Amino acid sequence: MSLSRRKFLGWIGAAGMTAVAGRKASAATTHHFEGYPDSIAVLHDTTLCIGCRRCEGACNAVNALPAPEKPFTDLTVLEKDRRTTSKTYTVVNQKSGAGNGKVFVKKQCNHCLEPACASACFVKAFKKTKEGAVTYDQSVCVGCRYCMIACPFEIPTYEYDNPFSPQVMKCTMCHPRVVEGKLPGCVESCPTEALVFGKRDDLLKIARQRIARRSDTYVDHIYGEREMGGTSWLYLSSVPFESIGMRMDLGITPAPELTAGALGAVPMVVGLWPILLTGIYAMNKRKEKIAAEEKAQAVASTLADAEEKAVARLDEVMEKAKQEKTQAIEKAIKEALEAEAKARAEAESTTDQESDVTDDSEKDA
Amino acid sequence: MSEDATTMGKPVFSPFNIAAGVILLVGGVLTILRFTFGFDAVTNLSDYNPWGIWISFDLLCGVALAAGGFVTSAAVYLFGMKQYRVAVRPAILTGFLGYALVVIALHYDVGRPWRLPYPFLVRQGTTSLLFEVAACVALYLTVLFIEFSPAALEWLGLKRARSIVVKLTLLLTILGVVLSTLHQSSLGALFLLAPSKLHPLWYTPYLPIYFFVTAVIAGLSMVIFESTMAHRFFFHKMDEAHLAEKDVLPLGFGKAAAFVLAGYFIVKVIGISTGNNWHYLATGYGIWYLVELLGFVALPAFLYAVGVRDKNITLIRWTAAWSVLGIIVNRFNVCLVAFNWHLPTSERYFPHWMEIGISVFIVTLGVLIYRFIVTRMPVLYEHPDYDAH
Repeated sequence: MSLSRRKFLGWIGAAGMTAVAGRKASAATTHHFEGYPDSIAVLHDTTLCIGCRRCEGACNAVNALPAPEKPFTDLTVLEKDRRTTSKTYTVVNQKSGAGNGKVFVKKQCNHCLEPACASACFVKAFKKTKEGAVTYDQSVCVGCRYCMIACPFEIPTYEYDNPFSPQVMKCTMCHPRVVEGKLPGCVESCPTEALVFGKRDDLLKIARQRIARRSDTYVDHIYGEREMGGTSWLYLSSVPFESIGMRMDLGITPAPELTAGALGAVPMVVGLWPILLTGIYAMNKRKEKIAAEEKAQAVASTLADAEEKAVARLDEVMEKAKQEKTQAIEKAIKEALEAEAKARAEAESTTDQESDVTDDSEKDA
Repeated sequence: MSEDATTMGKPVFSPFNIAAGVILLVGGVLTILRFTFGFDAVTNLSDYNPWGIWISFDLLCGVALAAGGFVTSAAVYLFGMKQYRVAVRPAILTGFLGYALVVIALHYDVGRPWRLPYPFLVRQGTTSLLFEVAACVALYLTVLFIEFSPAALEWLGLKRARSIVVKLTLLLTILGVVLSTLHQSSLGALFLLAPSKLHPLWYTPYLPIYFFVTAVIAGLSMVIFESTMAHRFFFHKMDEAHLAEKDVLPLGFGKAAAFVLAGYFIVKVIGISTGNNWHYLATGYGIWYLVELLGFVALPAFLYAVGVRDKNITLIRWTAAWSVLGIIVNRFNVCLVAFNWHLPTSERYFPHWMEIGISVFIVTLGVLIYRFIVTRMPVLYEHPDYDAH
């Protein structure tokens, strides 16, 4: 077998990617999960349920749950709507059917193909097993109860009365029994085959056949085939599902897809935010630097200007002083000259007089 | 600075101290009840209502209202608004205390608090937005601790350590903004998983964006609110720079809050439009939604703007308090009021007084620790031995 370099690198790359990522992070693909092949499921045909509560009793016994206040043979409890509790994994509710008829519907974990609880759990306490059950591992559960927020069927419950080791309590689809080859407790105890255990694909076929064969009886819908991406419990009903307390507005989007966008944004923020923020920081730093430079420049030019002016002024003053000095000197010289001239003139006139006198004296003499 | 300046002048048995003491005492008793008798003894939590006020108030409001730390440090260190520099330390402190209290509150809320490190150490549930919240909150608490540490190190006189931490400021600030963006938005994204339980007016794919934007509003408003409180009760601890900031901060942060609130109003309306949920506005929930949208988004946006225009500091301060209340209303709406709206009234949740008691206890604890720190460490004044820059 020859192995091209390109192929080899491809394998290595793929191995590395799956080792790191584990699975594709992006949900926005054409990929659609139909459930694990040959996984098991339970078909609950509510038209066959007689409300005997034997499934409840069997569930209680198989899972070693605490005994209820009223025995499972007491059918008066059916008068009031009930939900799953931390001591009851499953309940049968009585609803009014067509005419004066009554419809009984069993409620328990629907074991979604892509469970909201598993998607919500931050310690992966929930797992969709390849057999079909959604199991819960109490050994890692922190007790945040986000699974209870997430579950569209409002199934998980919590042991609020247990202070030291509270657990999430919910139907296990009797996973330990199924692995051993046994039936789930409820299915085993059902006297009317209102619960049928089998491969999900087979049960879907059976359900379709029943609807087709008795289209006057059944509502043309298999609840759980596509609800929230599909569940491992499937339901048939003779009355609209809303009227027996099953929501038809849940949509067919598997829960993980609801948060895929928000989760996908995380690496983008981690990757881009530091660049953006560093950029903003750098721009501001640069702006500050430029401002500082401009300021320095302005100061320098102002200083230079001032100095120039000062020098000019000094020169002017000096010039003026010089002029004044020259003027003063000139004036002084002028005055001196004038004084001298005057003195001379006076002296001359005196000499004249003197000479006159002399002349006179000479004359006298 | 002498640390007894405040404690010496005031009597130990002041009304505040007595009230705080009583709350601590009651809180202590409730704590014992919670951890010895379990949730049932102190809460109204049920299988339909797994999250009560310890999540809606202590976690969701706590984290949002502690956003002041990242908002202020980003404004000053990244956006270059140096004029608010003195506001950073108090904001980081209240942010750190806020997150610390959130973590304390979570110990009450989760079933097995000693397993809180499990998501990191034992098994990583990376498909969960709660994992992202947990990881970011844990990291951000550490970041805030380091960011605040210079004040403590100055107090302790450890100059070398302080100078090392101060050099990390830019890195820590960026990390803080990244982590805050992620977990503030993820808190909203938590509810994306429950479209069938949250009322359509509040459920929108934009929830993470709304939560992030409101966190910024909460951060800005809380910094104004806290600064108002600090100026009233700890003014004697402040130096010139902090006292001078008294009016500058509300004007700047109020202006920012007015804009962010206006933007938030716009994207809220876009949210209704894209979901085509107009018809719900005529219902009871719709009216309550309008109260939130008009009363707690549009109104404070307008009042902030008027306050800034008129330089009316008093108005800005009251608006800040109103906005903080608005954030609380929003978080309660998403987590409690509009959550499980499809259930009959008998199955709806209302907190037990002991749940409220624990929340009050935790908030009181925060106020006391804040007082302990600002009366000792250089938070509201600059340490004379250090130049902040």
